This record gives sequence, C-alpha cells and structure tokens, in this order.
Amino acid sequence: MQLEYFQMIDRIEKVDLDGKTISCRSKVPGESTVFEGHFPGHPLVPGVLLIETMAQASGFLILCLSNFSQMPFLVGVKEGKLRTFVEPETSLDITAEIEHDGSGFAMVKASIKSDGKKICDSKLTFKTMPFPSEEFADMMRKRGLELGAPALS
Amino acid sequence: MSSTFDKVADIIADTSEIPREDIKQDSHTIDDLGIDSLDFLDIVFAIDKEFGIKIPLESWTQEVNDGKASTEEYFVMKNLVGKIDDLIAAKSA
Repeated sequence: MQLEYFQMIDRIEKVDLDGKTISCRSKVPGESTVFEGHFPGHPLVPGVLLIETMAQASGFLILCLSNFSQMPFLVGVKEGKLRTFVEPETSLDITAEIEHDGSGFAMVKASIKSDGKKICDSKLTFKTMPFPSEEFADMMRKRGLELGAPALS
Repeated sequence: MSSTFDKVADIIADTSEIPREDIKQDSHTIDDLGIDSLDFLDIVFAIDKEFGIKIPLESWTQEVNDGKASTEEYFVMKNLVGKIDDLIAAKSA
C-alpha cells in the first residue's frame, strides 16, 4: 500500500468470476507523508482512502469480469460506514461483491476487515466505459497481473 | 395506465425527489423530470431488479449520442415503459 500514489491494493487473493466476488489484502505502511497531516502525532488512515481502497478492489473485480475490456470509474458512494480507526501497520482484508451487473454500470458491496473485525463498508456505483487509450488499458492489465489477477483468457 | 408504468413511476419517485403525481406518460425523464445520468443509474438498477431484466442503457445512450435515435425514443415515460415491456416479453419468450 502506497498512500501517496493511491496504490491501495497489495495483493489480489482470489477472484470468483461465477460468484462475482474478490478478496484482496493490503498492509497500511508504517510511515507516510499522509500521516504527517492526518494527524500530527496521531496517525490515522483517512476515511476517504479507505473508501478508495474498497473502490480499487471493486474496480479490479469489474475489470476481471470484463476481461479488462472496460474501465470502471467510481461515481457513487452510498451508506459508507467507517467503523473504527485504522492505524499504521494494520493488515486489511478487502472484499467486494457485485450486487448488480448493469449495462454500462455496476453496483458493488464492499467491505474491509482486520483480524476479523469490520473496519468499513459501503455500496459503490461504477460507470464502466471503454478505456480512453490503449496505453491506459495496458497499464491496468499489467497492474492487475502484478497484483495477482487471473491471466486474461 | 399499465402496471409497468405505475411500477416505474413508483421507482422514480422512490429513487429521486420527484413527486409521484408529477410523473406522467408524456413526461421526459431528463427534460421534464430533471433526472440526471447518475440518478438514472439508480433508477435503472431498481427497474432491472424489479422486472428481472437488463436495460441496455449503454446501447441506448450510444444511439442517442450517435444521432441514430432521439432522447424521446427512450426517455419519455410511455416509450421507456414500452421498451421495458418489450424486454419483459423477450425474457419470457
């Protein structure tokens, strides 16, 4: 996890294409410039970055389901609940499940736990559209494979 | 009024802040009711779930953007309901 670069997912553990679910893992870094401001002397992962973490896991799920042919963009956050503080060095288990696979959009339920304890959850809406460029598509495919996404069929 | 119309109008009223009585057969969901594209996703989600269909929103939008269809064709209530009825019929055929 590199907060400054918005690289929120360390590893894609499992993608179930039939069940339309994904499990990912991340570890909050011990140090980050983000913690210098949030908050001095009391470092906590900002809630918006926890939402972003759930969105990225959800995004990789949508990418895998479309065989990396469509790029998901986060457009809606509903019922976002941030249940506990997240400190440096915390291990995160991120899961997401497609609630509805629509035409040009997807509704996803996502959550994060640590040591079995629920940290946050939300319902996320994504618009899916063709990649704006082939370079972007290649970059996302490469990133997905590095993280452990199933190889493209 | 068809029952499909009533269900779709109820969904729109529940999903947005539009009074149910303002939703008529001739209402244009975008121009008259002011539903934007993001709110429309919630409405399509609810319609898909209610009727067990998948509204082809991507292709509809593409046709409108390409000038092959007018927004009225898909987004005036009576036409939208007609398209939904067609999708329901195709599903059970």
